[in-house]
Amino acid sequence: MSETSVVSRDAAATSAAESRRARAWAVLDGVLDPEVPVVSVVDLGIVRDVVVEDGGDLVVVVTPTYSGCPATEVIEESIVAALDDAGLGPTRIRMQRAPAWTSDWISAQGRARLRDYGIAPPAPVDPAQGVALRFVPRAVAKLACPRCESTNTERLAAFGATACKALWRCRACGEPFEHFKPI
Amino acid sequence: MQSTPSITVSSHPSVQYLLRIGDTCLILAQRLGEWCGHAPIVEEDIALTNMALDLIGQARAVLTRAGALEAALGGEAHDEDQLAFLREEREFRNCTIVELPRGDFAVTVLRNLAMAIFLRLLWQRLERSSDGELAAIAGKAVKEARYHREHAAGWVVRLGDGTAESSARTKAALALLWPYIAELFADDAVDDAADADGLGPRWSDLRDDWHAEFGAVLAAAGLEVPAERAFRSAGKAGRHSEHLGYVLAEMQYLQRAYPGGVW
Repeated sequence: MSETSVVSRDAAATSAAESRRARAWAVLDGVLDPEVPVVSVVDLGIVRDVVVEDGGDLVVVVTPTYSGCPATEVIEESIVAALDDAGLGPTRIRMQRAPAWTSDWISAQGRARLRDYGIAPPAPVDPAQGVALRFVPRAVAKLACPRCESTNTERLAAFGATACKALWRCRACGEPFEHFKPI
Repeated sequence: MQSTPSITVSSHPSVQYLLRIGDTCLILAQRLGEWCGHAPIVEEDIALTNMALDLIGQARAVLTRAGALEAALGGEAHDEDQLAFLREEREFRNCTIVELPRGDFAVTVLRNLAMAIFLRLLWQRLERSSDGELAAIAGKAVKEARYHREHAAGWVVRLGDGTAESSARTKAALALLWPYIAELFADDAVDDAADADGLGPRWSDLRDDWHAEFGAVLAAAGLEVPAERAFRSAGKAGRHSEHLGYVLAEMQYLQRAYPGGVW
């Protein structure tokens, strides 16, 4: 066989892999978080990469939001099922812990979707966060109510219904709301 | 009924170092989980169980790493479930303080403060571990420990500087828990080995920072730092209080009674 044909065959294989990757990203954008079913796993920034391995497996690299997030397994199963249904399999998940997930990786679209769903999105992570121990009720940055946009709000509890959220209340409209914690 | 045989684990210092971390997180998580449905207000019920969840996640990751390391060292590989459910009391390496009964809310938040300060300092150092996997686990866990620390510190100040009743209870909690603090910083050959090969710090290296942070919270809470006592607990060496056996009996029951059972 000529050298030229090997090159063109490799090029065709690369382009097929690229197209499979692109289609996989599009499918992943439709895989929703089971606990906040308006944001996708891509919006949340937990899909770090999609690669086609030499053996032909499509590998989705994911990172956990919290060490003990109980949704992790469900998310992995949903990803594999969605990609298999789209005919992009065989698919595997590779868990990657480092660098650790941060709420700064939530996309602009993801933040808008959270707000529309009634969850106040996280502010950028403060680089000074956690450096000094603050043990008196601290002045938290003004958080806007996702319903009426008033910043006359207060934190009711540091933890919420899922590991990633805290519970707040709006003093203006009286409604409680959830806040996606910045970490 | 056929019972599941117990396992024993490699005595290699690196494995032992990881078990100390993983077991400390695991047993504290069990104690916090006991508050599910029993905390004084629903927000705190959710907070304590959320923290338990973070700790279980950290324990799973570290125990998984410990089991993999056993295999890498030429021993038998154990997975996280075998390590959690099939070891007997003397094989657990958690600090004794986390196995003490959950007590009242003052005992719970004061212990949470002691452990969150300790674990945050430890994870911070472990981010630079020579073991890449442990460093990655630490990178995530340090953020969680930081959040737990603020939660616990807020409560210790509110209770210590609160009513006569809450202040008296917090003082009693401090008197109860204080004798178990020294164990956190008591080094042995496991610490020496971890320090030598870069796996992690000697735990005594964390002592000064721990005392500075814990002391600052006590001062804000109007509580005095208790005097040093001669008593030394030794859970890290597998010599536990009478309480751990009961924790394990509950935690391990299902796997012991129904070997390999899954949800």
